[in-house]
Amino acid sequence: MLDVLKIRNDFPILNREVNGKPLVYLDNAATSQTPQQVIDVIVDYYSRYNANIHRGVHALSQEATDMYEQARLKIQAHFNIEKYNEVIFTSGTTHGINLIANGFSSIIKERDEILVSAMEHHSNIVPWQMLAERTGAVLKVIPMNDEGELLMTEYDQLLSNNTKLVFCNHVSNALGTVNPIAEIIKKAHEVGAAVLVDGAQASPHIKADVQQLDVDFYTVSAHKMCGPTGVGVLYGKEEWLNKLPPYQGGGEMIAEVTFEKTTYADLPHKFEAGTPNICGGIAFGAALDYMNNLGFDEIAAYENELLEYATQKLLQIEGLRIYGTAKEKTSVISFNIKGIHPYDIGTILDKLGIAVRTGHHCAQPIMDFYDIPGTVRASFSFYNTKEEVDKLAEGVERARTMLV
Amino acid sequence: MGIKAIQEEIVDEFSMFEDWMQRYEYMIELGKSLPLINEKYKTEDNIIKGCQSKVWVHAELEEDKLVFTADSDAIITKGIIAILIRAFSNQKPQDIIDADTDFIDEIGLKEHLSPTRANGLVSMVKQLKLYAVAYQTQLN
Repeated sequence: MLDVLKIRNDFPILNREVNGKPLVYLDNAATSQTPQQVIDVIVDYYSRYNANIHRGVHALSQEATDMYEQARLKIQAHFNIEKYNEVIFTSGTTHGINLIANGFSSIIKERDEILVSAMEHHSNIVPWQMLAERTGAVLKVIPMNDEGELLMTEYDQLLSNNTKLVFCNHVSNALGTVNPIAEIIKKAHEVGAAVLVDGAQASPHIKADVQQLDVDFYTVSAHKMCGPTGVGVLYGKEEWLNKLPPYQGGGEMIAEVTFEKTTYADLPHKFEAGTPNICGGIAFGAALDYMNNLGFDEIAAYENELLEYATQKLLQIEGLRIYGTAKEKTSVISFNIKGIHPYDIGTILDKLGIAVRTGHHCAQPIMDFYDIPGTVRASFSFYNTKEEVDKLAEGVERARTMLV
Repeated sequence: MGIKAIQEEIVDEFSMFEDWMQRYEYMIELGKSLPLINEKYKTEDNIIKGCQSKVWVHAELEEDKLVFTADSDAIITKGIIAILIRAFSNQKPQDIIDADTDFIDEIGLKEHLSPTRANGLVSMVKQLKLYAVAYQTQLN
């Protein structure tokens, strides 16, 4: 059982006030907060051994390289990645997706089919649209039902020998749905298609085992899981990564350069052009240590408890509808109140010190599906409390009475 | 009444409120009382599209004065545009172009001022001024 009050002491930001009220931070799906243990690692890096990595002969460069590569090992262990060189550092999930979409330009042919789920956010739609435009491939959408669950029978029908790629998020950022990715991957493989899973929203709640899932590509962002912004990881099966051309040129991705011909470095450096976010990578490793010390099972159990409590509380409010009521959900509640624009609710909540997300959450097709301009999204983390959920419910009720 | 005098009136009204709650309640009231834009003017051309809410603004010259009508799908945004319409509607285009906008700093709605927000106060003022420039060119 998590000692949440003790955990909260690790997060200095949770002690601040917003608009004269204690901060209630419920925008964790956008970015999570950073514990002191991770902040200390960042300060330590810049205070003691800030240097460029991989090519320096001096001590600082060696230390920074060691720490950066140790972080890679931590990531490898966390996601149960078979080989060290299958861990590619990126600037975040979007970078990982773009890297793969770009790489497949040389593999995808005209009339090949790319399947994408109906509940993707823009980062997992636009790069594939661009790939389809470049190659003449056809983008098809796996539809969902009103509860926000993918229609797996429709998926079965969409799959064919023409399907070359399937893209799906593990967890929807706008609805909280946990998608049946193991089944999606298995079925895609039966027709010879590769699968990329966007794990950005799942990674703070679920410890993905990429070998067990047999996923081809899995990508995450550090800042969703107590790490800093601007760093993430793309996992790819070695056989796939070897087939794909480099994404960007320069820096560590080079083996040898002459003006006639350049040869590329081996994995993972082939995809890590330029000076990476060294401090960010090291801090990502520290963030994984922090979360693993708490325990992902314990985190999930507590967050589920918060989700259930918040769902019950919010549903007591007149006219409130929750979007995304899948059987398998993480701690995200997307809602609206009849006749009130989500922006208005978010604005009032902000005045009460409560941070939620409002709008289309960069997932406009989902909003189009429900025919709404957006939702208010409260997303909970392991450091949130039931008292904060109570404040949210009181705030929403107050907003309702002001706005109706 | 000239733009300056109306702006002073608005600043005075907002200075009477003691807290954010009253200020927002007033804005919500203003939003609710804003005369609705004619549906035929709620077009893509008239939209100030933001990430969060939509604002439609229509401008029409009546004799030598510019009359604005507007609407928004969010009530607080509608309150904001209502304040601006009160300040700038029924005025000569050149007066709208020349008007300063210091009053928006003084009404305590700092969070709505950001120029990076497409439907923030600053963007809306810019849009109204653009209409004024267009009609002034026409008058010349």
